[in-house]
Amino acid sequence: MLKDEDRIFKNLYNDLGWNIDSAENRGDWLKTKDIILKGKDWIIKEIKDSELRGRGGAGFPTGLKLSFAPKEVSARPHYLVINADESEPGTCKDRDILRFEPQKLIEGCLITSYAISAHACYIYIRGEFFREGQRLQEAIDQAYKKNFLGKDACNTGWNLDIHIHYGAGAYICGEETALLESLEGKKGLPRLKPPFPAIIGLYGCPTIVNNVETISVVPTILKRGAKWFKSLGKPKNTGTKIFCISGDVNNPCNVEEEMGVSLKYLIEKHAGGVVGGWNNLQAVIPGGSSMPLLPKSICETITMDFDSLIKVKSGLGTAGVVVINKDQDIIRCIARIAKFYKHESCGQCTPCREGSGWMWRMLERMADGEATYKEIDLLYDVTKQIEGHTICAFGEGSAWPVQGLLLHFRDEIRKRSHAEPLIKKRSNIPYLIDQHLLENDSA
Amino acid sequence: MSIKKISKTQPETFEFSKDNLLEAEREIKKYPKNRKASAVIALLFLVQKQNDNWIPLAAIEYVARLLSIPYIQVYEVATFYSMLNLSPVGKYFVQVCTTTPCMMRGAKKIADLCKKHISKDQNKLSENKLCSWTEVECLGACVNAPVMQINQDYYEDLDENKTKEIIQTLQKDKLPTPGSVKNRKNTAPSEGKTTLLEVKNA
Repeated sequence: MLKDEDRIFKNLYNDLGWNIDSAENRGDWLKTKDIILKGKDWIIKEIKDSELRGRGGAGFPTGLKLSFAPKEVSARPHYLVINADESEPGTCKDRDILRFEPQKLIEGCLITSYAISAHACYIYIRGEFFREGQRLQEAIDQAYKKNFLGKDACNTGWNLDIHIHYGAGAYICGEETALLESLEGKKGLPRLKPPFPAIIGLYGCPTIVNNVETISVVPTILKRGAKWFKSLGKPKNTGTKIFCISGDVNNPCNVEEEMGVSLKYLIEKHAGGVVGGWNNLQAVIPGGSSMPLLPKSICETITMDFDSLIKVKSGLGTAGVVVINKDQDIIRCIARIAKFYKHESCGQCTPCREGSGWMWRMLERMADGEATYKEIDLLYDVTKQIEGHTICAFGEGSAWPVQGLLLHFRDEIRKRSHAEPLIKKRSNIPYLIDQHLLENDSA
Repeated sequence: MSIKKISKTQPETFEFSKDNLLEAEREIKKYPKNRKASAVIALLFLVQKQNDNWIPLAAIEYVARLLSIPYIQVYEVATFYSMLNLSPVGKYFVQVCTTTPCMMRGAKKIADLCKKHISKDQNKLSENKLCSWTEVECLGACVNAPVMQINQDYYEDLDENKTKEIIQTLQKDKLPTPGSVKNRKNTAPSEGKTTLLEVKNA
C-alpha cells in the first residue's frame, strides 16, 4: 500500500483546509522560484524522466507533449489550457482537486506555462461545476495577492495571468480541439488533426492542453524528483493516480493510490467491497464509461495501469472505476451509456451522430428481449462502422463499451435475443434500423 | 446534441443591468482584444442570471451586438450547449443525473419523485410555478451517486426520503443545505477513511 507521505493530494477530503495558507503548510509554493530558475529545458527533461503520462484518459507522455511547443516565441503568443471539463461517467477526481487542492493546480500552471513560454493560461471548467469554479477563483485571487501570479510571478521575472472559462454542459468539449473551439466562442466541434494544437491551437497560436490532475502533480514531481515519482508504480506507468470507485460497492470513494495497484485490492480495501460480496461481482468498467468493461474472471488479477489494461482490451482512461454487481442488468447499464453518447455526440461526423443512436436503440431492445439473434452481429458491425471513422476519439469512446459488452457478455445477450425478426411481422415502426428491408420485396 | 425548445412568449427587448454590464466587460477583458467572441458563453450565463434562468431571443441579439459577432454565431452556441435554457425554467431548477453510475444506485426513484412532486413532464413548471425538473447526463460526482443539481448546488448521496424532504423545502420557496445528505465528508469512504489517516499540515 502506498504510504501517506507519498500521496500527492493530502487534502483530497478537505481535512486540512483549502486556502492558500494551509496549502503552503502542505508544501505548495515552496521553492517554486528555485525550480523555475533551473530553466525550461530542465523542467521538461525532469517531467520526461518521471515518465508521467496524461491523466485525462489517453495517457500520452506529458513531458513529450510539453516539448512539442515551439522553442522560440514568434509573433503568435503561446497558451496553456487546462482541461477541467470533467464529464466522463464514473469520473470525479478533478472536482476534488479544484475544490480542495487548487493551489497545486495553480502552481503547476505557473511552472508549465513557464516551460512552454506562455503568459496566459485558461482553465476550462464544465459549467455544472459553478461552485468549484468560484472556489478556484478565490484560490487564484489569493495567489495573486501573494504575488505568486501576475507580473513577475514568484519573483521569477515571468508574467502569468490565469483565467477561468466556463463551459455549458457539453461532454464533447473535453476533447482538446473541441475545447479550443468552445474557448473561441463557437460550438464545441472537434477539429481535424493535424495541425496539432501545439502548433496551431487557441486563436491559431501554439497551445498545450492538459488535464487538471496532470498539471497538479507537476510541482510535486519537480520538488521530490523524477526518481521518486518513478519509484512508484510500474515502468512506463509511474506515479500515483486518483481512482474514483463508484457503483455497487459498499463505500464509494475517491482515493489516491499507486499506479499498478490491483483492482481487487482497490475495491476490497478502499471501497468496502462489492455489495453482496466479491462473488456477487458481475463486471467492472475500469476507466470511465468509454473503456470496455471487464468480466469478473479478469477482475480477480488485473492491475490498474495503462499497459496492463490495454493487454486485456480495455484501458485505464480516467481511472473512474464503475463496479457492477449481479443485481444489475448488464445490458441495461451499457444501454444507458450508449444513451449518454447519443445525447452528447456533437453531430459533426455521420457515423457517430447516427451510429450512437442506433447502438442505443438496439441495446434497449436487447435489454427488453425484443431483438433477434442476428442483430447481435449487426450491432458489432455498427460499432466497427463508427470506430476509426470519426474526426475525434468520441467515436471510439462510444463504440468501445458496446464492443466490450459483446466480447464478454455475448451469451447473456443471445439468451434474451430470440424475438421474431421484425421483417417477418412487416410492421411499420419508424427508427428501426432494418426498416429499409421492408421496402425490399424479396426480403 | 440536445433538443431545444424556444419559448413562444418572448420579451421585446433585453439589456444588461448596470452591474451585469460591468461583469460582462470584466469577462470580455479575459481574452485578447480582437477575440471578444470567446466571452459568449459567459455572457449568455449572465443573461440567464438576470432573466430568471433562461435566454430570450432578444438577449441573443443583444449579446451578438455587444461582442460584434453575427447573430447566428450566438444562436448556434445557445442551441448547442445543454445548460443554456431557451425557455423559462423554475426558480428552482432541479437536474437529476441518470447516467449509469447514478442509475445503478437508484436515480430512477429520484426522477420518479420529481415526476410525482414537481411535475409530470420534464421542463414543465410545478403547480405553484416555483420548480421544474429535468434528467441530465453525468454531473461528475459519481462516487456520491445518486446526485442532483438544484440551480448551482449539488445534492449528493440521495435516497428517497431525503429527496422528498428536499423537494418539499423547495416548494416552500427555500433552498436546502447543499452537499451530502448523509453528512458524509466529501468523497471519503462513508465508513471511515482508509488513507490519509495521520496527515497533518507539516
